Amino acid sequence: MAKERMTGAQAVIRALELEGVDWLFGMPGGTILPIYDALFSSKKLKHVLIRHEQVGGHAAEGFAHATGRVGVCMATSGPGSTNLVTPLADAYMDSVPLVAITANVPTALIGTDAFQEADITGITMPITKHNYLVTDVNDIPRVMKEAFHIARTGRPGPVHIDIPKDVLNMALDFEYPEEVHIPGYMPKPKEEPRLAEAALLVRSSVRPVVYLGGGVRAGNAFAEIFEFCELVGAPVVTTLHGKGAFPETHPNCLGMFGMHGSRYANYTVQGSDLIVALGARFDDRVTGKLSAFAPEAKIVHLDVDPAELSKLVTATVPLVGDLKELLPRFTAATKKEFEERGRPHIEAWWERVRGWQEKHPLTINQAGEKYILPQTAVRRIWEKCEGRAIVTTGVGEHQMWAAQFWKVSAPRQFITSGGLGTMGFCLPAAIGIQLGRPDAMVVGIDGDGSFQMTLQDLATAVDQKLPIKIFILNNRFLGMVRQWQELFYERRFSETPLSDIPDFVKLAEAYKCLGLIARTMEELDGVIDRALAHREGPCIVDIRVKRQEKVYPMVPAGAPLNDMIGGN
Amino acid sequence: MAEKTERLENGNVHTLSLLVENKPAVLQRIASLFARRGYNIESLAVGPTERPEYSRMTVVVRLTQKPVEQAVRQLQKLIPVMEVRELSPHDKLERELVLIKIKTPEKNHAELRAIAETYQAQIVDVSPDALMIEATGTASKLDALEERLAVFGITELCRSGRIALERGFKTLAPPHLKD
Repeated sequence: MAKERMTGAQAVIRALELEGVDWLFGMPGGTILPIYDALFSSKKLKHVLIRHEQVGGHAAEGFAHATGRVGVCMATSGPGSTNLVTPLADAYMDSVPLVAITANVPTALIGTDAFQEADITGITMPITKHNYLVTDVNDIPRVMKEAFHIARTGRPGPVHIDIPKDVLNMALDFEYPEEVHIPGYMPKPKEEPRLAEAALLVRSSVRPVVYLGGGVRAGNAFAEIFEFCELVGAPVVTTLHGKGAFPETHPNCLGMFGMHGSRYANYTVQGSDLIVALGARFDDRVTGKLSAFAPEAKIVHLDVDPAELSKLVTATVPLVGDLKELLPRFTAATKKEFEERGRPHIEAWWERVRGWQEKHPLTINQAGEKYILPQTAVRRIWEKCEGRAIVTTGVGEHQMWAAQFWKVSAPRQFITSGGLGTMGFCLPAAIGIQLGRPDAMVVGIDGDGSFQMTLQDLATAVDQKLPIKIFILNNRFLGMVRQWQELFYERRFSETPLSDIPDFVKLAEAYKCLGLIARTMEELDGVIDRALAHREGPCIVDIRVKRQEKVYPMVPAGAPLNDMIGGN
Repeated sequence: MAEKTERLENGNVHTLSLLVENKPAVLQRIASLFARRGYNIESLAVGPTERPEYSRMTVVVRLTQKPVEQAVRQLQKLIPVMEVRELSPHDKLERELVLIKIKTPEKNHAELRAIAETYQAQIVDVSPDALMIEATGTASKLDALEERLAVFGITELCRSGRIALERGFKTLAPPHLKD
């Protein structure tokens, strides 16, 4: 490819085009002006002007999660860049591939406390997979190429590139590298994976359970997972991010386990003699008290990130590798084991599991209730979407109700902030999802507290004419915190009532959205129908739910996983 | 930093050798990882290697619970880190350097020279009422020297972080330079 003379800013834009980026999310400002000027001439890139950089970051996450591609966001120096801190931390925790580009003050001003200066690479260092401060304009093509490579490969994650304004204005001879060469990145594992040993454990187990995490989505290994789970025939449990890794409508799928998982899923994990953990990281929200976690279980743990193996729970057989590449080999080894020694007898185990399912179902006790139960709202929206929508959430009680009652049957249909637990995630994510998947029905299940954290970007959704539907399960509380206060802080409801909630219908109308409200069960179905039928831009639905309803069952923090309160 | 060796001996203490890219902010990346993962750095030394593009870091780290492999794997994830290894306690050569300033009348200088000689240390600066001693060696040797000199009144002391290499032919080469 012939070299072309251009500025650093033009090189950034050209690299984005060459990476096949179509949508990017950002807001201009003083130092990033050169990039926005170069963007003005681009015919390939479509820029979404968000109203707050945090929203741009979460929208890029939603886009990445829904499409499996790298999300891109941009911000100017100083406050623009610090507003990206939350989405970067969120993407880091949830292994979402992201490239964030920020400009900084000119090189000569760095370190002088200049206007809108922030040491943003210093700030993002612990919350990115890698970051760059580009001081030589000639490095821009290589850094852009490396950033996309690092973001999407291995355990995906956010990569941040900071470029001082003067570097953006300098000229270079642009040539985009065809290959990356990063010697310190993803060293090959030194040992061969112990697949035969892992397969033998599966063959020898009489109480197995398969535990799927967000790594299935990150590794795009849905077909491989399905094949393995079908072969083994064991109960399958998932984390919040594992929802959709295996169809929740499949009879073997017990859904989510953990702090707000079902009793039967938690009992199954606790009673197992073998846990096959695939793309998961034994987070405290799923294990409960670590020392009491699955006391009789051996662990086969497959993950692409060697640092996750035996981090919290010691693996009997650790397997380091990419799920898409390594899992089929594990499946083949297991198949061979089954053929040679016969399938393990897990019928008695299934009987116990089915017994727990019958005895402790996840139910909604709407009968006799005066108010709409939030769980009923989730269930009705799900039924009316026939399970086909992509759902996203904020963080809090509504998120857990969605996790419990929104059954996901296909990959990339449940998009949420799991690791960092970022309130305000729902609306921004919905924007990114809808742009990435224009034909999909995008539904947000949000809370009144969560929604108010990023609602200014309704303007962006309207601007882009996105037919997203945000259902606010409105209990006029910071509900999850209130739940903990009720259960563990002697009902001392310190600063959790949100009594002065705005009129969400008027608010929606002020932003030129459709605003709807449902106060009673009689109104609920009609309002959901109207919202789902609305295709001319966003729709905000205020669903007034029973204020004191809590998320059950629940494992209190620090308690063993099977020591649950509430529920049936 | 630089705990006394008595405590180093009886803890979950490891010597890690790192080969890292010689680039800005690499030390920050590594120090920040140690801090946020709760690994206590007892000593740290950075310097050039036989290749100008790499630096070698020797980090003595105290781990409370986690196995050292966890720290090694976390470090390995940092992109500028080429190679990390825990140096085997039985198979490594460790050295520290210390400069000790003692304010003492000239009549004591002869005795100090004798002590220095015993520890293979050198007097590197002398003035009428002070002198400076330089010594290298293992941490325990330098501890002993410090203790011996304490009675004369140490007015200033500067001790380096520990550097270490494994004995024999084994090296810590970056992955792409290994055969």
